[in-house]
Amino acid sequence: MPRVEFTPNLANQTHAPACEVAGTTVAEALSAVFDQAPKLRSYVLDDQGAVRTHVVIFVDGTAIRDRARLSDALRPDSEVFVMQALSGG
Amino acid sequence: MSTKLYLGTRKGLIEAERCDGRWQLTRNSFRGVQVPMLLPDVRDGRLYAAVNHGHFGTKVHVSTDAGATWSEVACPTYPPKPDDVPDVINPMSQEPTPWTLKLIWSLEAGGKDEPGVLWCGTIPGGLFKSMDSGASWSLVTSLWNHPARAHWFGGGADWPGIHSIVVDPRDSRHVQLAVSCAGVWETRDGGETWACIGEGMFADFMPPDQRFNPGIQDPHRMVACPSSPDYQWVQHHNGIFHSTDGGQHWQHCDKVNPSGFGFAVVVHPTDPQTAWFVPGVKDEMRVPVDDALCVMRTRDGGASFEPLRKGLPQEHSYHLIYRHALDISGDGRTLAFGSTTGSVWISEDGGDSWERLSAEFPPVYVVRFG
Repeated sequence: MPRVEFTPNLANQTHAPACEVAGTTVAEALSAVFDQAPKLRSYVLDDQGAVRTHVVIFVDGTAIRDRARLSDALRPDSEVFVMQALSGG
Repeated sequence: MSTKLYLGTRKGLIEAERCDGRWQLTRNSFRGVQVPMLLPDVRDGRLYAAVNHGHFGTKVHVSTDAGATWSEVACPTYPPKPDDVPDVINPMSQEPTPWTLKLIWSLEAGGKDEPGVLWCGTIPGGLFKSMDSGASWSLVTSLWNHPARAHWFGGGADWPGIHSIVVDPRDSRHVQLAVSCAGVWETRDGGETWACIGEGMFADFMPPDQRFNPGIQDPHRMVACPSSPDYQWVQHHNGIFHSTDGGQHWQHCDKVNPSGFGFAVVVHPTDPQTAWFVPGVKDEMRVPVDDALCVMRTRDGGASFEPLRKGLPQEHSYHLIYRHALDISGDGRTLAFGSTTGSVWISEDGGDSWERLSAEFPPVYVVRFG
């Protein structure tokens, strides 16, 4: 299953566990994580479900392209990393 | 008098307490994180803090022990924008106004007969209401969907925002808002319907045919006297205005000394003719007049104003006071304000003299007595 990990800066603010979850897209994987840690959702996504302006999500070392619907595909062994961008904030 | 003071700053919530006859710094919370808004709710003793994490957005926390411990509650969240709802285009930037929370810019308690009711004003212009002490929030769609919102625009910020919420102590269903930039709005039915009110405010910076349009005004801050709620004050982008008929009509105060430009205003809790302001030079020169910081007070309903300088720096000062960074205690004599350059002053004699709590704070967004 894909592995999802969050920047330690996020874990300092709220429960943000690294975990392995089912999912074929970033949206599906994050949704599974948010089922386990509901408060985490609003730290990563904005009101409309898009990635926050100053948050970046990498899949296997490449920043995702679809920041609005998070449709980027995952392989079964993908590694997803959620970090803050160095812009803004 | 109040004995607790809460400071929401660029780098956390800082508390001060009056002990043994003097104010002392005590505790800090949310260290390093922006705290743009605070609400000590006198109805039940809860303390609310809006916390802005920058990268990770705004959250709301509540304390039931005066700031000793905190728990995260729900944050006002814009609902998913339906695909068939057209964008509202910002008339200045010609960009669609987002359905996402940018900033919690005001937080007020409902009436004493409405336990748990909270109002929250935001950038980009949404008003939210909670019926359960912040456990959940709903966007007030009657205002968000009002056709006139298409004329709202930002003042200073990119998007319009609701920074002042006045709940009528005589009738909790009567609520007034001040919006930058959309003037003063009012509901008399608890938020079912809204109307833009207020004749007399003017905006010299707008094209001539728009200057007196109530719907484009930029009130920086609006307050009502708790004991005489029809007596209201506005520190406007273009000067100081007051109303004696609940905001229906506004009179410009032209006897200001030294300046009518500023952001903050507070009114005496029982004397509606007495109000305090912290002036700057003007909009494109946001520093104290002659580099000398003063608080400006009127005690005659705006017929005259006096600068109060004792204890405040009178040279080389660059302090600006944000709109929520001036507060007055219920005794009508204790005031406090904080500046963009990190000083906080307290007066216990109605502003006649001031003592600096510290000059080492981060920029101060909001000052509230507990």
